[in-house]
Amino acid sequence: MRSRPAEAPKTPAAIGLSLVAVFWLGLIILLPLVTVLFEASKAGVEPFLAAVAEPDTIAAIQLTLLVAAIAVPLNAIFGIAAAWCITRFEFKGKGLLLTIIDLPFTISPVIAGLVWMLLFGAQGWFGAWLRLNDIHIVFALPGLVLATVLVTLPFVARELIPLMNDQGTDEEVAARTLGARGWDIFFRITLPNIKWALLYGVLLCTARAMGEFGAVSVVSGHIRGQTNTLPLQIEILYNQYEAVAAFACASILAGLALITLLLKSVLEWRFAGELAANRRH
Amino acid sequence: MSLTVSNITKTFTKFAALSDVTFEAEPGEFLALLGPSGSGKTTLLRLLAGLDVPDSGAIAFDGDNFLALNARDRRIGMVFQSYALFRHMTVAENIAFGLTVRPAKDRPSKADIKAKVESLLKLIQLEDYGKRFPAQLSGGQRQRVALARALAISPRILLLDEPFGALDALVRKDLRRWLRRIHDETGVTTVFVTHDQEEALDLADRVVVLKEGRIEQIGKPLELYRDPATAFVFEFLGANNQASGTLRGGSVDFGGFSVPAIVKGGSEGAVTARFRPFDTQVSRSGPGFPVKVLSVLPAGANLRLELQGDGGEVYETQHAHDADTSELKAGDTVNLLPTKVYVFA
Ligand SMILES: Nc1ncnc2c1ncn2[C@@H]1O[C@H](COP(=O)(O)OP(=O)(O)OP(=O)(O)O)[C@@H](O)[C@H]1O
Ligand SMILES: [Mg+2]
Repeated sequence: MRSRPAEAPKTPAAIGLSLVAVFWLGLIILLPLVTVLFEASKAGVEPFLAAVAEPDTIAAIQLTLLVAAIAVPLNAIFGIAAAWCITRFEFKGKGLLLTIIDLPFTISPVIAGLVWMLLFGAQGWFGAWLRLNDIHIVFALPGLVLATVLVTLPFVARELIPLMNDQGTDEEVAARTLGARGWDIFFRITLPNIKWALLYGVLLCTARAMGEFGAVSVVSGHIRGQTNTLPLQIEILYNQYEAVAAFACASILAGLALITLLLKSVLEWRFAGELAANRRH
Repeated sequence: MSLTVSNITKTFTKFAALSDVTFEAEPGEFLALLGPSGSGKTTLLRLLAGLDVPDSGAIAFDGDNFLALNARDRRIGMVFQSYALFRHMTVAENIAFGLTVRPAKDRPSKADIKAKVESLLKLIQLEDYGKRFPAQLSGGQRQRVALARALAISPRILLLDEPFGALDALVRKDLRRWLRRIHDETGVTTVFVTHDQEEALDLADRVVVLKEGRIEQIGKPLELYRDPATAFVFEFLGANNQASGTLRGGSVDFGGFSVPAIVKGGSEGAVTARFRPFDTQVSRSGPGFPVKVLSVLPAGANLRLELQGDGGEVYETQHAHDADTSELKAGDTVNLLPTKVYVFA
């Protein structure tokens, strides 16, 4: 059982610290969010709707959702597999693997994009071969997915590893002695035990995937209506002084992030009892 | 349906956790594996369950070569020290797991599973707890659920790893009796791991004593207690005292008096003699080591004495209340006479 923090701050120092935290949160997170929504709505509903109904914008929204829909499941599967290996087996190079998983957190997304250009770009290692076989990776959907996968790779694994370490292998071993096969153990023991952490990791990963700019910007090629994701579309609009349209798109992106968060809160609230029971054990 | 373990050796990176372990469990026997921490008890149990593979040796059950079967095909009921209950399943689902996880063709019907779970809940005296989650149970209740879950698959052998390790003394005693009763009712061959000698002697038909991965002795509880093969077994099985003397013709001479010895090894000459607290007499004028009484403690119907010799050595003895001993108090000087001593190699 985890120890609980004390009820409410009472001392002047605690109250002071809380105020600082609230003020900082307001300044750094809420102010920009409010600004975006305010700017988008300033011109009124009609220009907003017109900007959103723009075919390029719709294409950008669809592309963003498509990239996330491919990248997130890939990283979820990778995250589960990596966490499984790391927490269930002893092997040489475990520390190295952990470091590599963290790498996308530490390197700039621009580099994550450049790597793919270096490999698959026209001048890249496989560039000539790809052109010969008429396969498009960069400046196309596969490139966008690769860049997004790389940048969002750690989210699921990082959520699962500490939890699976904590839970240990006892239950899986017990299931084995009771006659369960590999996949039965996974679906009936492992997965139910990690489902909340998995969901949380997936939601974070989704939010990050939809918002990714740097890496995607490098591999996209900025072909309007084809390879522009929502964040890229926003930048283009903004650079063309189409402020209303830019803020309209920005508010859609912010909206997607908020929906993700809302989803998480609703699930937490709905299954609060089960969550508590899981932690308590 | 006996379990045969022959010449099992298991090494972890050069360190021998088990060396040449050989023993047998009779059909329906309740066997205890007793040994101090690190003696290889859990390692041995994991080999029996198929969770690990020995370096050499054989394990057979009822003619089957167990080493050729993997864990899930051995049909072994294992109860883990940590309980290892499935936290996201109710008590009833936990117990039913071994049945519901079977492939469709071998799986009992829903009604049969339900009936089985109910009978097991009754057996572990938790009839009304089927819908609870493990987190909502006490330690002793979890332990019982873990046992029911293991019994649900009608195991050929039941393996228990320090099942009462995490429980307080009273609950332990209670569960111990209960476990023995369950064993007698189901008749399943049981191997039980513990480092608590009292528990092993109290529960088991026979006890296998392990030390540093080797078997020191196998025997019935009374045999071990009365006829220990080594100094380790003697010391591990209960309170004991030591004194130096000279072994000569089946007795140990302590200089001035001599005591009959049970000789398990060693040669004539200087030896360390060991004796139990019960195998002693104290008197004011008879033969024995001159000792000072440090404390007099009641121990149920008996009296427990702590005594100190001239050289500072401390002895622990137990006596029935009688005219001589009842008057003793701290500070008295008496003579301590062992009535029976053991000499080991
Ligand atoms: N996976 C492993 N790798 C390396 N050494 C191990 C491993 N498992 C056990 N050992 C070692 O083997 C020895 C026996 O361990 P084991 O767990 O069987 O002891 P035990 O008798 O069950 O002790 P306890 O009463 O403390 O549970 C110990 O010295 C332990 O350190
Ligand atoms: Mg152990």
